[in-house]
Amino acid sequence: MSDSRPTATQSPPVDPAGPATAGDHALPPTPTGGRISWWHGEGGDGARRNLALIGVLVALVVIGAATRSDLYSNPDWVWANILSILKLASVVGVVTVGMTFVIIGGGIDLSVGAIVALAGVWCTTVATQSYGAGGMIFTAIVVGVAVGLVNGTLIAYGRLVPFIATLAMLVAARGLAAEISGKQTQISNNGTINGIASNNLFGIPLLVYILAAVVAAGWVLLNRTTFGRRTVAVGGNPEAARLAGINVKRHTLMLYGLSGLCCGIAAIMLTAQATSAQAAMANLYELDAIAAVIIGGTLLSGGRGTIIGSLLGVIIFATITNLFAINGLTTEAQNMVKGGIIVAAVLVQQVQFRSLTQFFRRNNRLTTT
Amino acid sequence: MTQHSRDMSRRRLLFGGAAVGAGVILAGCTSNEQQTPTEAQTKAAETGGNAEPGKQVTIGFSAPAADHGWIAAITNNAKAQAAAYSDVEFKTVEAGADAAAQRAALSTLISQKPDVIVLLPHDGKELNSFGLEAMQAGIPVVNLDRAFPDAKAYRLQIKGDNYGMGVSAATFIVEQLKAKNVSNPVIAEIAGMDELELTQERSKGFTDTLAQHGLRVANRRAARFTVDSGQQEASQLLQALPKIDALWNHDDDQGVGVLAAISQANRSEFFMVGGAGSKKAMEDIQADNTVLKATVTYSPSMASSAISLARLIGQGRGMSDLVELQVPKEIVLASETITKENASNYLKLGF
Repeated sequence: MSDSRPTATQSPPVDPAGPATAGDHALPPTPTGGRISWWHGEGGDGARRNLALIGVLVALVVIGAATRSDLYSNPDWVWANILSILKLASVVGVVTVGMTFVIIGGGIDLSVGAIVALAGVWCTTVATQSYGAGGMIFTAIVVGVAVGLVNGTLIAYGRLVPFIATLAMLVAARGLAAEISGKQTQISNNGTINGIASNNLFGIPLLVYILAAVVAAGWVLLNRTTFGRRTVAVGGNPEAARLAGINVKRHTLMLYGLSGLCCGIAAIMLTAQATSAQAAMANLYELDAIAAVIIGGTLLSGGRGTIIGSLLGVIIFATITNLFAINGLTTEAQNMVKGGIIVAAVLVQQVQFRSLTQFFRRNNRLTTT
Repeated sequence: MTQHSRDMSRRRLLFGGAAVGAGVILAGCTSNEQQTPTEAQTKAAETGGNAEPGKQVTIGFSAPAADHGWIAAITNNAKAQAAAYSDVEFKTVEAGADAAAQRAALSTLISQKPDVIVLLPHDGKELNSFGLEAMQAGIPVVNLDRAFPDAKAYRLQIKGDNYGMGVSAATFIVEQLKAKNVSNPVIAEIAGMDELELTQERSKGFTDTLAQHGLRVANRRAARFTVDSGQQEASQLLQALPKIDALWNHDDDQGVGVLAAISQANRSEFFMVGGAGSKKAMEDIQADNTVLKATVTYSPSMASSAISLARLIGQGRGMSDLVELQVPKEIVLASETITKENASNYLKLGF
C-alpha cells in the first residue's frame, strides 16, 4: 500500500493552515487558471477515484434492476429502496467519517464498534432513560468522546501503537458494556429517541439527514479548516509536522476524540433503529468502517484521503447487502463479494495512483530495450 | 503572557470541572434495576421424595460468556436452581470466547473434582473429547443443549428441540393462512447465526413442514442474534418483499430489532411468529398491538432442570414419577407455541 503514494501530493507542511494539497475535490471542477487543468492536476485525483466508485455504484444498481425488473419497474419502490439503502448506510457512515480522520492522521481505530455498543448500552440504562431523550443523547456523546480520548491519550502520550491501544479498548469497552447491561437487551422506551429512526422530514428519514450533516461537517473540517490541514500533515509526515510547529500529540488525541464523538452519534442512531441496545451490537463495525475508508481511496498509512470516497464506500457496501437481499441470496455469498470488491478497489487504485506519464514511460522503456 | 496563561488555566479548570461532573453523572447512570425472572424459572424446594436433602453434591457448571439474553438466562437459571438446594455446592467457570478457551476452563474444573459437570458447550463437536475424558475419569457429564456426537461422552443430554421449533412455527403459520384462506402465500424467514447447527435445524424443520403443505419460503435472511442485525436484515427483507403474508423470526432477542424495522417501514399486512420465548415477546403477544402473534418456545428453563437432574445423578436417585431408578439419558424439551390465548401461563417462563 505504501508504495502507491502519489508522486506530488504531499508538500512539506510549512504553513499548516495554508492551502495544502491533498483533499477531496468532489465539488464541480473549478479551473485553477494554471498551466495544467484541474482535472489532470492533483485535485482531480480524488474526484477521479470517486467517479470510479460512482461507476461501481451504478453498475450495482443496473445489476439490481436487471435481476429484479419487477421491483424496479415501480418508481415508488425504487425511491423507498434508495432510502432504505441510505438508512442502512447511515450508522456505519457516521462511524466511517471519524475513522477517515483517524486513518488520514496516520492511526487506526479498531474500537469503534465497541464504543458504539458501550455508548448505546450506557444511554439506555434504566437510570439514563429516566433523564429523557436529552440525557440519553448527552450520555452517548460523552461516553463516546471520553472513550475516544482515552484511546488518544494512550496513543499520543502513552506511546502505544494505535493498533494495540484500540484493540485493547475493543475488548475492554465490550466487557464494560456487557457488565453494565448485565448481558441483557435494554429496550429503549423513549419515543423521541426511537422517533429518530422512524420519522421523516419532507419524505426523507431523519437518519439520512444526520448522515448528511456529519458528512458535510467532516468534509468542511477536513478540507476547509486548519484542523483538517494539520490532520493531513500529521498523517503524511509526523516529524515534519512537529518541526512545522504542530502539536502532534495533542492533534492525535483530538483525532481519536473525534472518532469517539462519531461513535457516540452512531450509538444514538443505532439505538433508535433497533429501539434497544445490547453489548453485542455494532459487531465488526470497525471492519466495515475500515473497508469503506480503504475502498474510498484513503491511504491506510495516512496522509491522504477523502470523506466523500469513504461515504461512497459505505453506500456501495449497503447497496451490495440490498442487492443480495432483494435477490434472496445468502449472506455468505454476499460477504465473499464484499471481500472481492475491497481487493478490486485497491488494485484499481494502485493502477490509478501511478501517474499516467510514469506508466507510459515505464512501458516505453520496456518495449524499447 | 501571564494573563494568557491564567486564562488557559481557568479554561482548563472549567473543562476539567465539566469533565469530572459529567463523569460523576454518567457513573450514576449505569444502574439497571431490571428484575430478573429467574425465580419463576427455578423449581422451589418442596418437601418429601427427591426434594429431601441427600448426599452433598458438588456441581461444576460452564456456559459460554455470551452477551446474548438467552445464554445469560441459562447461567442465571442454573445458579438460582443450585441455590435452591441445601445439598448442592455450585462451582462455575466462565467458558471464555471459544471452544478452546472453554476446554482450558473445564480442565481447571476437573481438577476441583466435582461430582457432576453441567456444561453448555460452545460447540458440541469440538468439546466431545472433553466429555469422553470426564466420563472416563468417573465424572458424569450433563450436556446442556448442544449435543455431543458420541453417546459415551455424556451421562445425560437435555436440550431444546430446534427442528421442532421450525415445525411448530410452520404449523402455526399454515393453520393461520388456511383460516384466512390465503392462496399463494408469501412466507419469509429471518434466521439466527447461519454457521450454527441449531439455526440449520430450525430452518430445516420450518421448510420441511411448509413443503408438506406445498408451501415454500420466499426469502430468507440470516441475522446474528443481536437487535441491530435483526433490524438491518428485516429492513432489507421487507424491501425485497413488498407484500408478505407470514414471517418467522428465529429469535425473540433479535426480534426486538425485527419489530422495530417493521414499524419503521409502516408494514402490517402480515403476521409474525417469534422464537425462544422472551418476556418482551410474550408481553407483545398478549398486548396484541404488533404483528407478532405467536412465538415458539426454546426455554432457558432447561438449565434449571439440568441442575436438578445433575443433583439426582450425583445422589444416585431417579426421577420420582418414573419407574426407573436412575435419571434417563436423553431429554428433549417440546417446543410449545405461545399465542395470545395462553401467553399468561407462559409469561413467568419468559427470559
